[in-house]
Amino acid sequence: MLTKRIIPCLDVKDGKTVKGVNFLNLRDAGDPVELGALYSQQGADELVFLDITATLEKRKTLVELVKRVAQNINIPFTIGGGIGSIEDVSACLNAGADKVSVNSSAIKNPGLIDQLSKEFGNQCIVVAIDTRSVNGKNLVHSHGGTKPTDIDTILWAKEMQERGAGELLLTSMDHDGTKAGFANELTAHISSTVSIPIIASGGAGNMEHFTDVFTKGKADAALAASIFHFKEIAIPELKAYLKSNNIRMRI
Amino acid sequence: MKLAIVKYNAGNIQSVIYALNRLGIEPVLTDDVEELKSADKILFPGQGEASNAMQYLRARGLDKVIKDLKQPVFGICIGQQLLCEHSEENNTDCLGVIPAKVKKFPPLDKVPHIGWNTIKDLKSPLFKGVNEDSYVYFVHSYYVEANPFQIATTDYILPYACALQKDNFYAVQFHPEKSSDVGEQILKNFIEL
Repeated sequence: MLTKRIIPCLDVKDGKTVKGVNFLNLRDAGDPVELGALYSQQGADELVFLDITATLEKRKTLVELVKRVAQNINIPFTIGGGIGSIEDVSACLNAGADKVSVNSSAIKNPGLIDQLSKEFGNQCIVVAIDTRSVNGKNLVHSHGGTKPTDIDTILWAKEMQERGAGELLLTSMDHDGTKAGFANELTAHISSTVSIPIIASGGAGNMEHFTDVFTKGKADAALAASIFHFKEIAIPELKAYLKSNNIRMRI
Repeated sequence: MKLAIVKYNAGNIQSVIYALNRLGIEPVLTDDVEELKSADKILFPGQGEASNAMQYLRARGLDKVIKDLKQPVFGICIGQQLLCEHSEENNTDCLGVIPAKVKKFPPLDKVPHIGWNTIKDLKSPLFKGVNEDSYVYFVHSYYVEANPFQIATTDYILPYACALQKDNFYAVQFHPEKSSDVGEQILKNFIEL
């Protein structure tokens, strides 16, 4: 049986892991490759690295990180952060990344997803969607979740699938950093609307939240950062707990 | 030992190279016929789309070269599918080394099949030291139908052949290079065949 996946996310800035509360107030949490290898040994099913370094030579920074990760880690990983062209994706995949995550660039130019999936196959194209509720409507936000757009989140998820996304990484900005649980209702709605896997992100605070996002939220994978980085939840315990709650897990 | 990786247009082989490096092997990435023929072992990995890959291999005469190889050959992911007879992906005639057919998953669950799933009915030296129901990592939308040459099966939407063997040709649908310790053992087993 296919298992649900537990995915630690490592935000990387200038070669170091950081994680913000509501994407602000970044705190240092160590070397990304070392941390990634540790998570892999502990049973993480995949890793996501988001490079938030703002440099002119963005692609070079990404490729260096991808290379170091791919050399040292034997589970799949996704790279994201400012990926905006076929050349960026090609460079990351050739350096050993399994998937790339595209966010703001897809909002700017939705046709990019058609191009990328045609060129590289949809299995390696993850579209990251940052969503926030504005006056009762779920709207897509760009630029690290800071800029609202007028795009409806559910319609956007459908469009991204149609254009060739292989997975969706859904981050609820309303829940991110709150530790109050994932956005289960919205996640379930999107998961039932599209036919590609959904990675839910934002709001993990305890182990029960993960049970909820897989059952109520119908997520295929759950992503979290700070609760893993600051050792509030250990991955082996989390997976054992989920398995005892009848969630399919690789132990 | 000389291990050659078939160089063609199906991308993302860097992680396979790194995985071999971790096992102490420096593979040669080549589309040179003589170099492929003289290698002790051949890896045929890749991700991508079947018809483009076949077109590329035919244009360079690599289709015949691969079929005639006598040393152990290991197809991974699209490599496995290309070793079969035919793929529903853009109605493509493949290499026909293994008489099996590649089909698209019916849309009864999410496709692609992405993530960790179990392998069972293991029967090949490729799986020496690998337990039944071990977890490996899959990413694919097309699958190989159950057939007499299967050496392992997986269940997703339906039971299918996730690994094949015929004579010197071995192949798996999943990604051993991404399947943690289990995957490493399978790669090691191939190297030690």
